Amino acid sequence: MIIELGHFALILALAMSCCLAVLPGFGVYLGRPALMRTGGSLAAGMFVFTLVSFVCLAQGFIGDDFSVAYVARNSNSALPVYYKISAVWGAHEGSFLLWCLVMSSWTLAVAMFSQQLTDDMRARVLTVLGSVSIGFYLFLIFTSNPFDRTLPFFPSEGADLNPLLQDFGLIVHPPLLYIGYVGLSVPFAFAIASLSSGQLDAAWARWSRPWTNVAWAFLTLGITLGSWWAYYELGWGGWWFWDAVENASFMPWLIATALVHSLAATEKRGVFRSWTVLLAIFAFSFSLLGAFLVRSGVLTSVHAFAVDPERGVFILWYLIIVIGGSLLLYGIRAGQMSVNVGFGWLSRESFILANNLILTVSAITVLLGTIYPLIYEWFSSGQKISVGPPYFNMVFVPLMLPLIALMALSSFSRWRRTATEVLFGKQPIRLLISGLVCLIFCLLTSTWNLWFQVVSLISIWLIVNLLADARYRQGGRGFAGFLKQTPSYYGMWLGHIGIAVSALGIVTTVVMSEELDLLMSPGDKTQIAGYDLRFEGVERVNGPNYSADRGIIAVSRQGRLIEMLYPEKRLYSASQSVMTEADISVSFWRDVYVALGEPIGNQAWSVRVHVKPLVRWIWLGGILIAIGGFTTILDKRYRRLKMARQLQSRAETSVQASLA
Amino acid sequence: MIVDKRFLVPLLGFMLLVAVLALGFKLRDPHLLPSQMLNRSLPAFSLPRLGDPSKTWSEKDLYGKVSLLNVWATWCPSCVQEHPQLMRISREEDISVFGINYNDDTAKALAWLQRYGNPFQLNIADHDGQLAIDLGVYGAPETFLVDAKGVIRYRHVGVVDEHVWADIFAPMIAELNRQAGGS
Repeated sequence: MIIELGHFALILALAMSCCLAVLPGFGVYLGRPALMRTGGSLAAGMFVFTLVSFVCLAQGFIGDDFSVAYVARNSNSALPVYYKISAVWGAHEGSFLLWCLVMSSWTLAVAMFSQQLTDDMRARVLTVLGSVSIGFYLFLIFTSNPFDRTLPFFPSEGADLNPLLQDFGLIVHPPLLYIGYVGLSVPFAFAIASLSSGQLDAAWARWSRPWTNVAWAFLTLGITLGSWWAYYELGWGGWWFWDAVENASFMPWLIATALVHSLAATEKRGVFRSWTVLLAIFAFSFSLLGAFLVRSGVLTSVHAFAVDPERGVFILWYLIIVIGGSLLLYGIRAGQMSVNVGFGWLSRESFILANNLILTVSAITVLLGTIYPLIYEWFSSGQKISVGPPYFNMVFVPLMLPLIALMALSSFSRWRRTATEVLFGKQPIRLLISGLVCLIFCLLTSTWNLWFQVVSLISIWLIVNLLADARYRQGGRGFAGFLKQTPSYYGMWLGHIGIAVSALGIVTTVVMSEELDLLMSPGDKTQIAGYDLRFEGVERVNGPNYSADRGIIAVSRQGRLIEMLYPEKRLYSASQSVMTEADISVSFWRDVYVALGEPIGNQAWSVRVHVKPLVRWIWLGGILIAIGGFTTILDKRYRRLKMARQLQSRAETSVQASLA
Repeated sequence: MIVDKRFLVPLLGFMLLVAVLALGFKLRDPHLLPSQMLNRSLPAFSLPRLGDPSKTWSEKDLYGKVSLLNVWATWCPSCVQEHPQLMRISREEDISVFGINYNDDTAKALAWLQRYGNPFQLNIADHDGQLAIDLGVYGAPETFLVDAKGVIRYRHVGVVDEHVWADIFAPMIAELNRQAGGS
């Protein structure tokens, strides 16, 4: 009964999205404010019904209702209750229901927090969000219904959630990632609304900036968490694989990063207007493309959901309508947006332009690498190739280095133009300091790797520049000027620090990691990177829905015990699948990572040990970047009433102009 | 209204991308084995043994028993995910499991097998993809079901998990064994 209720609520949510796509827009067409204002309550309705539907499915999982096909495939009565709940988004159907829930939440948030917009603009934005949602609901109900029953014959026990996903990472990674993905629909909706209204001034940039920053920050968190999850859960110590699905989340992030910067230029200086609109369309398009790549089975990957051509065809048509339609509208309207606002060569505008170019080229490079196997196959009449990390590392790293260097210089850039002296005056001494820090680091670790030197030099130079900028802000001495800055500035500052921290973490981990594969019997000792490991043996342990062989390994340094590690090899009883559960001794400076391989002979096990210096910094940087993104929305000017009123009057004049 | 054609360039780019995706999608419909391979004998080959390049395997080495021919590689994350199931099949099922180590590096492949265990009775080192091309392999992992006479009976693209095994492979193998026993 509850399941049918959930199904019914989902259909009602679809109906709400249809109304939302039609009524406010129709109100705009007729010029009737009453009809325009229906958007708020329709958005609320869409959200409530989706939430009901989601809760009903979750209840199906909690109550072990194996007559529901989706529950039977992805749950088991022995599964701990928190995994039963997270199993709701553990496979294709339910994860798409979560996607729809996130979409309706964003729509409701836009309806609630955009009171300062004119009725006209708000109606247009909600209409776009409603239209986008229709496709999602149709897809869910017609190709991926999680509420399908297997009556009258249903299994008495479920097949269990994929053991890879029985993990804290899975509880939080998809929701965060989806909030980011789907949140990009908001700047998209603002862009389309502005294009359709012909109101192409810089105001839309001001409206969409906080939304974009939040969505982007969530996306950053989602990707960071995904990388962390892969690191400790897949059991082989990697943290990024350039896998098609990772790329699917990384491409929208790159474009959204460009968008975050270009929106700033458009808002402050009115430059790059048509380009920023295009980026807003692209950012959401890439997140839809990601959904296509993951859910159509066109590319195989560790994340790929069950393959179903019908779903792929549906999403492909959806892409054609939504992206094709927006780009057509853009092609027709963008020409009216060009304005001539001049800026000098060494202005902040130029830096943002360079940032946008590099990030867009990077995203396209990743896209090419991701779909190249398809193109190659086509032109070579069926020969297959695969594009692996070598390609991505080769093309991506050279693009990122100049980006970080530009970031370092840009700290001192000003709008319109920057005096050469301000920008370059003190760079020799800063470079010297960075070089010295880098040299000391190399001496201490006796690492003489060119990549390490180049990347760490540039990253440290970025940090030095950011610190110098903080110190001399507003000509102040000490950090007094720094304390008087706006949240926007702090967000920028933190985000850029985060990039440097991540870059340092990445290069150090890649260059200095040590790993060892060996066979260990109880009592055996080994040494790696200054750590002594002793294998104490393997014991049997039982979890709620698995049994495991648990290795006991003592990690010590210079005779002092640091930590006992317990890597496991689990056998999940329902699915009979074996999982490697690594154990990690975590610290700020390095990780000691131990995974258990196969038993070989009498009591001996193959064991894999990594020592990964600064690996935590990769994710620490990601978290700093996300915090930076969240910080920017604290900026007072997004709440300043005066400006809201100003916007309103401006918008009204343009409505009158378009009606006239 | 005057439309500036430059602004239509993104749309053109997108249409190109859709064409690629649509074609790729059609090509990659993983439910279909190219009809020319289904129910045909394995293509003839002579390829080095993994880890022992002085000796070779040929298609005849795979005859004699119903077998799974699994295409795997160390660069393939899904292969790691699939691996425990292959280990279980080779341990518990009455069936041979053969491996094609596809576009890979011998040292890495051997280390991989040592780390995760070796379910394969024999491993063919197809490091420039000759055999894979003859078989029409799309990527890794892929698994072919080959009967005792070396005829390809089924091909699965992607991970063979417990569902795929129970729903597809197990019934087909039972049927093949029944036919072989009856004739």
